[in-house]
Amino acid sequence: MMEHTSKAVLSVRNMSMNFGGLRALSEVDIEVRQGEVVALIGPNGAGKTTFFNCITGIYTPTEGQVLAYPRDGKEKRINGMRTNHVCELGMARTFQNIRLFPSMTALENVMIGRHCRTKTGILGAVLRGAKTRREEQEVVDKSYQLLKKVGLEKVANEYSRNLPYGAQRRLEIARALATEPFLLLLDEPAAGMNPQETLELKEMVTRIREEFQVSVLLIEHDMKMVMSLSDRIYVMEYGRVISTGTPVEVSADPQVIRAYLGEESDA
Amino acid sequence: MATNTLAANLKKSAIAALWLAFLTLPVMVIRVDTVEKTITWRWMHLLYMLVGSFVLAIAWHFMMDRRDRGAAARETEGGVQDSALSRTLNNPRVLRPLMALGFLVAATFPWVFSMYQTNILVSALIYVVLGLGLNITVGLAGLLDLGYVAFYAVGAYAYALLNYHFHLGFWTVLPMAAILGSFFGILLGFPVLRLRGDYLAIVTLGFGQIVKLVLENWNSFSFGPSGVSNISRPGLFGYSYSVEQATTYIYYIMLALVLLAILVTTRLKDSRIGRAWLALREDEIACQAMGIDNTRAKLMAFSLGATLAAVMGAVFAAKTTFINPASFSFMESAMILAIVVLGGMGSILGVILGAFLLILLPEYMRAFSEYRMLLFGATMILVMVFRPEGLIKARRKVYKINTETA
Amino acid sequence: MEYFLQLFFSGLSRGSVYALIALGYTMVYGIIELINFAHGEIYMIGAFTGLIVAGVLTSLGWPVLSILAVGIIVSVLYSAAYGYTVEKIAYKPLRNAPRLAPLISAIGMSILLQNYIMLAQTPDFLPFPRLIPDFAFMAPYQSFLDTGDLFIISTSLVVMVALTLFIKFTRMGKAMRATAQNRKMAMLVGVNVDQVISMTFIIGSGLAAVGGVLIAAHVGQINFYIGFIAGLKAFTAAVLGGIGSIPGAVLGGLVLGWTESFATGYVSSDYEDVFAFCLLILILIFRPAGLLGKQRAQKV
Ligand SMILES: Nc1ncnc2c1ncn2[C@@H]1O[C@H](COP(=O)(O)OP(=O)(O)O)[C@@H](O)[C@H]1O
Ligand SMILES: [Mg+2]
Repeated sequence: MMEHTSKAVLSVRNMSMNFGGLRALSEVDIEVRQGEVVALIGPNGAGKTTFFNCITGIYTPTEGQVLAYPRDGKEKRINGMRTNHVCELGMARTFQNIRLFPSMTALENVMIGRHCRTKTGILGAVLRGAKTRREEQEVVDKSYQLLKKVGLEKVANEYSRNLPYGAQRRLEIARALATEPFLLLLDEPAAGMNPQETLELKEMVTRIREEFQVSVLLIEHDMKMVMSLSDRIYVMEYGRVISTGTPVEVSADPQVIRAYLGEESDA
Repeated sequence: MATNTLAANLKKSAIAALWLAFLTLPVMVIRVDTVEKTITWRWMHLLYMLVGSFVLAIAWHFMMDRRDRGAAARETEGGVQDSALSRTLNNPRVLRPLMALGFLVAATFPWVFSMYQTNILVSALIYVVLGLGLNITVGLAGLLDLGYVAFYAVGAYAYALLNYHFHLGFWTVLPMAAILGSFFGILLGFPVLRLRGDYLAIVTLGFGQIVKLVLENWNSFSFGPSGVSNISRPGLFGYSYSVEQATTYIYYIMLALVLLAILVTTRLKDSRIGRAWLALREDEIACQAMGIDNTRAKLMAFSLGATLAAVMGAVFAAKTTFINPASFSFMESAMILAIVVLGGMGSILGVILGAFLLILLPEYMRAFSEYRMLLFGATMILVMVFRPEGLIKARRKVYKINTETA
Repeated sequence: MEYFLQLFFSGLSRGSVYALIALGYTMVYGIIELINFAHGEIYMIGAFTGLIVAGVLTSLGWPVLSILAVGIIVSVLYSAAYGYTVEKIAYKPLRNAPRLAPLISAIGMSILLQNYIMLAQTPDFLPFPRLIPDFAFMAPYQSFLDTGDLFIISTSLVVMVALTLFIKFTRMGKAMRATAQNRKMAMLVGVNVDQVISMTFIIGSGLAAVGGVLIAAHVGQINFYIGFIAGLKAFTAAVLGGIGSIPGAVLGGLVLGWTESFATGYVSSDYEDVFAFCLLILILIFRPAGLLGKQRAQKV
């Protein structure tokens, strides 16, 4: 495991989310520190995806604080902030049910990620001056480099809908990285992958963390991957965090064993 | 196997024909004149219906089989085949000479053909630009705007009224119309663009109706149903010219505007903004989660489309020298939408082709013009069912990658 | 006071017809999330079928009330058949298409049907025979409630009660509710979703036809274009009440009917249609879920 400063990049305090009568999240406290890989696990319906939606502005949490600490170090309260502003701030996510842009090519999907880091407006695009062309070429090149990082450079010009499942998941990660995040949020990145792909994914996440200096918050059901990849784990059940700690601590927690690991077969 | 499917097709088609004949029986066969109290029975129509729908049903089922097989093939091969037309026209080796030829014809047209022909072509060119404008909103950004013609009306009335009251000339009003168009686009767009796609469609439809109703009823402002006449033609450095020369002049103005519109939309489409529109069309949530300001992107698409429509409105008023609210009905919006849909949503080449087909065909086949809206309606359904990408599939740019910077 | 009552009842009768059409929009939307743009045309076709039946039966010398009854029944059957066919041709093949596709196809169908009637019948207004007689017992109330309005209000009431009972208590009604709530789930528990969708179109179209014949007999003239405006207004009513909600459609229809009636009565009749569309835009902007609809967060 790598050495971390203990500075937080995301700090969620006492957050709750209600849908009508349903309490999907209840007084959740979660913190991610710089350079960490943190995993969020728990049975289906525990509220993990809802947690992601709450911190990325897709839902506005009913109660609580979501604080982010971007690279400039300034604390930002982000509950209810618009989704695109959250991304611009530096928190980029992937989706449990892959949400690529199906009739755009793999390269273009990544280029979309560059949108919030570039400037060309209508006038610039129409006149296509030197500055616009330079920026455009930079977008293309950076995006291509990112495709390389996730091993998809060969299919750069394929429509994303035609890519195999595993490749689509990796493409989503590349797209998220293109926004230059300080925190990468991955929602079940290994779902639907075979063991070989999962292993490669794990190595990829490790590499990405080093190279891009990002922290990672990861929802995952694959226990082998979670245990070997994460620095810390939060376990959720019925919208609550029931346990937290290092992989060793969590897997020894009797509550976790009962609630979750005990029925790993259907996890 | 093949004969089997053929037999099945014939049987299904016979049933469909009987059903459709039964369905259309009262309306097609009986005509009641409630004033004269006479009833006309047109039994021949029943026969036409039977034969016509049988033939159509065979074609329908045949196409349906092909479509389903195509879908199955896509599943296994993972690729979408492009149609021959699309492939040919998207091939630069074919496209370049074709474009050169088209440009040559376009440049010399008023000298070779009659004024009547030139006038028709000017109408078609106006629809090309209207199509390109709506293509930004619907084709690229995926915002179904059913009140598009309202912006066309804004431009037309802007020129007509400013000309009437203040004697402002065409060239003065043209930029004003553009600004007014984008202003109205933003004004309407701001509140409604948060709505989901289908609500947006209906609100814009309602907006279009309101604009038309206001123009019809607000006599002191818009002169009501009788409209504005004697609008000045475009000025030419103070020269006066004949009607014939005016047609030629407006033709060249339109040609320049078409080229400008093509340039603008092509460049936008393959730019940062155009990609954001596509992403928006494909998946709003993912788009926003990737840092794109949805509202802003939508507003840009909406008001840019509106701008083109308003500019065309001013040209239309200058061309016909007379406008009234009847020119700005929902059917007009529907026609422009049909152009975009038939041509291929998002495809610039397709929209141009669609405009020429849908405007020129009924012009030159008079017999056909009565059925024009009927066919437009049918076209929209058939294209959506059998060829959602339209005549010419939108082409994605292939980007050059600079690997040295790695 | 009399003027007020007159406006009240004409608003009520107008609103009932909007409600009848709005029910079709709302039911279809509830089940396949599609704005059926062709629904207004189904209503118009209902009115035309009624006119044709009335013309033929009048020439055979039938009494007025039986003509009305047969006219309504035949129109309902025909409109239902049209609704069924429209779904099979223009929407069913697009079940899994991108969201714009069925919407565009629906607009195409609306244009197609309008022009089909225009070409097969006439582009002009046709006078509709007076099928609703003046009953003697209505004489004392005639100053504010005419027989036509009373007839429309009571017929609509009967039809709506019948619909409510159907949806509450029959097997098909339950299947429809289940499909509206969750199509996948309904399919899993064995509901034949295709059948439910067809049935929804059939019932919605039949209701629209009732509205079509009633209003045509009352207003006294029809043409191929009446479905467009009526459809747009009925859709407004459906949205106003909360699309997908059946009581909402009725409430929305009535509110819209009254709004129009009082606004044209007390403000100005030039802008009759503008009131409805402004209401539509305001509702969608400020309360897109409508009066009775529930605001739902989209699942991601
Ligand atoms: N938009 C929503 N409306 C209503 N309920 C929701 C919504 N989103 C999620 N839920 C509910 O919240 C609970 C948690 O779901 P989710 O966060 O997707 O679980 P997980 O990702 O842990 O499997 C579930 O019961 C789900 O049905
Ligand atoms: Mg989840």
